[in-house]
Amino acid sequence: MELTLRVWRQPGPDADGEMRTYTVADVSPDMSFLEVLDVLNEELAARGEEPVAFDHDCREGICGACSLVINGEPHGPQKRTTACQLHMRHFADGDVIDVEPWRAAAFPVVRDLVVDRGALDRIVGAGGYITAPTGSAPEAHATPVAKDAADEAFTAAACIGCGACVAACPNASAMLFTAAKIKHLNVLPQGRPEAGTRVLDMVAAMDAEDFGGCTNVGACATACPKGIPVDVITEMNRDWLKAAARSRKSGR
Amino acid sequence: MRTTIALKALMAVTGIVMLAFLVLHMLGNLKIFFGPEDFNAYSHWLRTLLIPFLHYGWFLWILRVVLVVSVVGHIGSAIVLTKRDRAARPVRYRHAPPASSTYATRTLRYGGAILALFVVFHILDLTTGDANPHFTEGHPYQNLTASFDRWYVAVFYMLAVVLLGLHVQHGLRSAARTLGVAAGRQRAFAALGTALAAVLTAGFLSVPVAVLAGAVS
Amino acid sequence: MSAYSEYRVGEPIADTRSPGGPMNDRWSQRKFEAQLVNPANRRHHTVIVVGTGLAGASAAATLGEQGYRVESFCYQDSPRRAHSIAAQGGINAAKNYRNDGDSVQRLFHDTVKGGDFRARESNVHRLAEISLQIIDQCVAQGVPFAREYGGLLNTRSFGGTQVSRTFYAAGQTGQQLLLGAYQALERQIAAGQVTMHPRTEMLDLIVTPQDGRARGIVTRDLVTGKVERHLADAVVLCTGGYGNVFYLTTNAKGCNATAIWRAHRHGALLANPCYTQIHPTCIPVSGDHQSKLTLMSESLRNDGRVWVPKATGDERHPGQIPEDERDYYLERVYPAFGNLVPRDIASRAAKNVCDEGRGVGPGGRGVYLDFADAIERLGRKAIEARYGNLFEMYERITGEDPYTRPMRIYPAIHYTMGGLWVDYDLQSTIPGLFVAGEANFSDHGANRLGASALMQGLADGYFVVPVSVNNYLGETRIAPADPADPALAAAADAAEAGVRERVERLLAVDGDRTADSFHRELGQLMWELCGMERTEESLTEALRRIPALREEFWRRLKVPGGPEQLNQSLEKAGRVADFLELAELLVLDALHREESCGGHFRAESQTPEGEALRDDERFSYVAAWEFAGVGEPPVLHREELAFVEEKPTTRSYA
Ligand SMILES: Cc1cc2nc3c(=O)[nH]c(=O)nc-3n(C[C@H](O)[C@H](O)[C@H](O)COP(=O)(O)OP(=O)(O)OC[C@H]3O[C@@H](n4cnc5c(N)ncnc54)[C@H](O)[C@@H]3O)c2cc1C
Ligand code: HEM
Ligand code: HEM
Ligand code: SF4
Ligand code: F3S
Ligand code: FES
Repeated sequence: MELTLRVWRQPGPDADGEMRTYTVADVSPDMSFLEVLDVLNEELAARGEEPVAFDHDCREGICGACSLVINGEPHGPQKRTTACQLHMRHFADGDVIDVEPWRAAAFPVVRDLVVDRGALDRIVGAGGYITAPTGSAPEAHATPVAKDAADEAFTAAACIGCGACVAACPNASAMLFTAAKIKHLNVLPQGRPEAGTRVLDMVAAMDAEDFGGCTNVGACATACPKGIPVDVITEMNRDWLKAAARSRKSGR
Repeated sequence: MRTTIALKALMAVTGIVMLAFLVLHMLGNLKIFFGPEDFNAYSHWLRTLLIPFLHYGWFLWILRVVLVVSVVGHIGSAIVLTKRDRAARPVRYRHAPPASSTYATRTLRYGGAILALFVVFHILDLTTGDANPHFTEGHPYQNLTASFDRWYVAVFYMLAVVLLGLHVQHGLRSAARTLGVAAGRQRAFAALGTALAAVLTAGFLSVPVAVLAGAVS
Repeated sequence: MSAYSEYRVGEPIADTRSPGGPMNDRWSQRKFEAQLVNPANRRHHTVIVVGTGLAGASAAATLGEQGYRVESFCYQDSPRRAHSIAAQGGINAAKNYRNDGDSVQRLFHDTVKGGDFRARESNVHRLAEISLQIIDQCVAQGVPFAREYGGLLNTRSFGGTQVSRTFYAAGQTGQQLLLGAYQALERQIAAGQVTMHPRTEMLDLIVTPQDGRARGIVTRDLVTGKVERHLADAVVLCTGGYGNVFYLTTNAKGCNATAIWRAHRHGALLANPCYTQIHPTCIPVSGDHQSKLTLMSESLRNDGRVWVPKATGDERHPGQIPEDERDYYLERVYPAFGNLVPRDIASRAAKNVCDEGRGVGPGGRGVYLDFADAIERLGRKAIEARYGNLFEMYERITGEDPYTRPMRIYPAIHYTMGGLWVDYDLQSTIPGLFVAGEANFSDHGANRLGASALMQGLADGYFVVPVSVNNYLGETRIAPADPADPALAAAADAAEAGVRERVERLLAVDGDRTADSFHRELGQLMWELCGMERTEESLTEALRRIPALREEFWRRLKVPGGPEQLNQSLEKAGRVADFLELAELLVLDALHREESCGGHFRAESQTPEGEALRDDERFSYVAAWEFAGVGEPPVLHREELAFVEEKPTTRSYA
C-alpha cells in the first residue's frame, strides 16, 4: 500500500519546526510503524536529505524509547501497543498519517521526533527506589509477600517510562508515570518503610519539572501501552494527603 | 501551596462544600411549589436558624462567609492550576487528539467560569436586587417569579443549571479521585456523580420551567 | 588481504589471577585478599562505567554507594533503556527453594557442561555462589518476582536443566531486574555520587603510553556532537554483546561493538568471538523490510510442543494436519529432554527440518510451537497467566492468535559468549580496564544456558566489579587522574583527535549507500556463511567477502547531515564500521576452531548422529586475539583450560 506521512521536522531545540509531507510506497501490512520510517529514511538519505530523527531501540515494546504521536494519539491507534509494535495492517492504502513528537514543556524537542525525557529519570531519583545498598539484603524468603501484593506491584512496575501518558494528558501531567512507580514500591513490604517520604519527595520532584496537574481526565491510562490503571493516581493522591498530614504533624 | 495535589485537594474540598450548599439550596427552591408563604418562610428560616444561639441573619452570614471562602479557594486554585496546565503544553498537536479525552476538563473549566458569572448575576438578581427591576427585600417568591417572567433570564438560569450538572457530573468523580477515596471504586463514584448531577439539574430546572409554563406565578 | 585468514600465535596466557586452592573457597579467599581503599580516599577516585544494563547499572550504583565518584554513560536517552530491559525469561539462582536437588555445585556443573567445557571453572563457580546473593539483593530492592500463594518466590525450569531454579517476573524479568538496578543508580545520581551521561557514546579509550593503563574515554555527545574526554582511575566497560554484527538479531537496534572494539584496538585481547548463540524461539522473518527479530521467551518451551509436518511441502492449515502426520521431532530425537533441549540443539534441529523442506510459514523458515495440549491440560486461564503478554506480543507482530493456531518460530542470533578477555578479576589485558556483563567472555564457555546472562550481569556488577576495582586502586595506589599531567593530556589529545578525524572521515566519503544498507549486507553474509552451521568453505568465503565489503563501505558510504547535531546516520555509520572489522575476526576465530562446541558448529566436526563433536585434544583453550592492524593477521594467545572439578564429557541430551 501507499501512505502519505506528514512528519514534524525540527532541526534543533531552538529552531522552528513544521509538518512536512512525504509519500512512502510499497508499504507491507507486516511492517511495523518504525519500519515505515526506516524505509522513508533510506529514501531521504538516497536523495541526500536528512533522515527523520526518532528514538527507538528494542523495537519490541519494552525499552520505552519510541515516542511517536500518530494521528494525535501517542503510540497510535492500537490499544496497549507501542509505536514499534504497531503494524501497518491497522492502516489502509492511501491513508494520510500525521506523526508528531511528544509535546510537553517538560519534554523539549531535541530534533524532529526526538524529545528529552530526563525529567522522568529525575522523578525516579527523588525517591523511586528502595534503599537497599548492595550486600545489605536479608535472605529473600525472610519477608514473604502476599501474592496479590506481588501481582499489584508487578502490574504497576510494568511501566516502561515512555512518557505516552504525559503526551496524551491534556495538561501534560506526569501523574500516571509517577503514581505507577510509587504504587509498585509502596505496595510491597520492602517498600513500606519509605512509603511516606517516597510519595512526598517524588511528587515534589514531579512538581519541580514543567508538568501540568491532573484533572482526572484519564487519557493517560488510555494511551499507556502497558495498561497502567488510572487508579494508581487515586492511590498516590491518598498516600500523599496522608503523608503530608503526618509530616506536618511531625514537623518534617 | 507548592504541589498540584494540595491545590487540587483544596479545590475538591471547596467544591464539595459548595455542592452541599447547592443540594440544600435546591431542596429549598422546591418549596416554591408549596406557594409563597412556604417559600418566604423558608427564606426567613434561613436567617433565623439557631436563634437564640445566633442573632437574626447570622446563620446566613456564616453560610455566606463559608461560601465566599470556598468560591475564592475554588476559583483561585482553578486559575493557578489552569495556568500551569496550559504552560505544560506550549506547543499543541497539529493533529488534534481525539476529542473525548478533553471533553471533561473543557466543560469543567469553561463551565466553571460561566457558573462564576452566573452566580454574580444571580446574587445581583435575587439577593441584592440590583439586576431585578421588581425587587422587594424579604419577598423572594415575588422577586423570583418577577425575574423569571423575563424569558431570557429564565433561559440563562437554565443554561447555568445545565452547566452546573455537567460540572458536578465530572466534578464529583474527580474530587473523589483527588481525595484518594475512589481507588477501585471509580465506577461507583462516577455513577454517584451522574445521579447527583441529574437530581440537581432536574431540581433546579423545575423552577424556571414552572414559571415559564405558568404553573407558578 | 587474504593474509588475514592466517594468524600468528603469540605467548599463551600464563596467569588468569584465579586463586588456587579448593574451588569452594576461591571467591571468599579472593575477597579476603583484596586490597581495600580507605573510605575517605574513595571520593578522590573517579571510576568510569560505560553502559547501564544490568552489569553497568549495578556496578555504577554499587561503586557510588561505596563512595567513589562515578561517571556513567549510555547511548540511550535514559539508563533504564539499556538492552537488558528486553530479557524475558528469567534469572537462575541455586536457591534450591524447591528442594529438587539444586545446589551451588549443581549450578556450577550445569554451567560448565552447558558451556561445552570451554569456560574457566573458577569464574563459573563464583557465579554460582553469587547467584544466591543476587536474588536476595533484588528482592530487597523490590523486584516483583512471581510468587506463590504462600508469599514465597516461584521458580520455573528453563532450557537445559532438570531443576527448577529460574526466578522470573512474568515475561519481563530483565525489565524488572534492570529497573531495580536503575533505581539504585538513580538514587546515587540524585545523591551526587554518580554523574549520568545519557545519549553519550564512547568512541575511544584513553591509555597512557608510559604505564599502559586505562585512564579514561573519549565520547561524542549524541545531541550536540561534541567530542569530549573523561579521565578516571579505572574504566569499566559494560557495553553488552556484539550480536548485531549479524544485523537481524533479537538485540536492540543500537547494540554495538564499538566500545569493546576500540579497547581491542588499544591492545585488549578479544576472546572467542566465534561463540555466538542462536535462540531457537524467535518470530520468523516476514519480509525484506524486517529490521530486527523478536524473541519469544524460551520458557514457552516448557508448555509448548515443537513440530513440523511429516511430509515436505505440506501447506495445510496446522489445525488440519492430523496428529499422525506431525513430527514432534525434539521429543522423538531427544526423549529425555524433549522440547527442553539446550538452545543450540533446538536451533539446529529446526534448521535441519526446514532444510528438508518441512518448514512452515512464509519462505518455509519456521516450525510450529503448539500450545493446544497445554491449553487442554491446564486450561486457557493458566496459560494466559503464564504467557499472556508473550502471546499478545506474538499476535501483535504476526496478526495470528496463538491460542487457536500454533506459533511459528525460527532461530535467530541472540547472544554472544565471546567478548573482551578478562582475568578472574574481570580485568582485561589493559590494566585498569575492567569488563563486565555480556561484553566480556567470562563465564559461559561456548554456550550459555538460558537465564544465566542476567545472573552473570548482576554478579559482575553488584559483586565482582566493586571488589576488583577496590583491589586495583588499593593495590596500585594509583594517583587520581590529573588533567594537567602532560603525559595523560597528550594521550587524551591524541585519542580525541583520532575520534574527530574518524567522524570527519565518515562524513567525507559522501558516496551513495547508507550505513544501514551495508549493515544489512554484512548481516546476511554473516548469517549465511557463519551462522548456525559453519564450514571451512563458507568461512573462507566470508573472509574473502568481508574485506571487500569494508573497502566498499569506505568508498561508497553516504552520511547525510553534519557532525555537530543529533545525527543518527552518523552514529550508525561508526558502529557499522566497527562491525566490519570485528566480523572478520569473528570469522577467523570460527575458521581456526576446527571443532564443534556449544554455539559454534563446524559441519566437518560432527558425530554420525549429527551432534557437535568437540576436540578437547586440540581446542580445550580460550582463543584470545590480539589486534595487529586492520586487515593484518592477528595474534592468537591461548588460555589453556584445566578442568579440575568437572571432567569434560560428551554433552548428551538424548
Ligand atoms: C530478547 C532477549 C531476551 C533475553 N532473555 C534473557 C533471559 O531471559 N535470561 C537471561 O539470563 N538472559 C537473557 N538475555 C540476555 C541478557 O539480556 C543480556 O545478555 C544481558 O542483559 C546483557 O546485559 P549487559 O549489562 O551486559 O548489557 P546491556 O544491557 O546490553 O547494556 C549495554 C549498555 O551499554 C551501553 N553502550 C553500549 N555501547 C556503548 C557505547 N559505545 N557508548 C556508551 N554506551 C554504550 C548501552 O547504552 C547500554 O546501557 C536476553 C537477551 C535478549 C536480546
Ligand atoms: C434556577 C434555580 C435557582 C433558583 C430558583 C434560585 C433561587 C435563589 C433565591 C430565591 C435566592 C435568594 C435566597 C434568599 O436570599 O433568601 C438565591 C440565593 C443564592 N443562590 Fe440561587 N437559585 C437557583 C440556582 C442557583 C445556582 C445554580 C447557584 C450556584 C451555582 C445558586 C447560588 C446561590 C447563591 C450563592 C445565593 C446567595 C445566598 C446568599 O448569600 O444569600 N443558585 N437563589
Ligand atoms: C457553583 C458551584 C461549584 C461547584 C459545586 C463546584 C464543584 C466542583 C467539584 C466538586 C470539583 C472537583 C474537584 C476535583 O477535581 O477534585 C470541581 C472542579 C473544578 N471546578 Fe468547580 N465547582 C463550582 C464552581 C466552579 C467555578 C465558579 C469555577 C470557576 C472557574 C470552577 C472551576 C472548576 C475547575 C476548573 C475544576 C477542575 C478541577 C480539576 O479537576 O482539576 N468551579 N468543581
Ligand atoms: S505509565 Fe504508561 S504511558 Fe506512562 S510512562 Fe509508564 S508505560 Fe508509558
Ligand atoms: S490524562 Fe491527565 S488529567 Fe490526570 S488522569 Fe491522566 S494525568
Ligand atoms: S523501541 Fe523499545 S519500546 Fe518501542
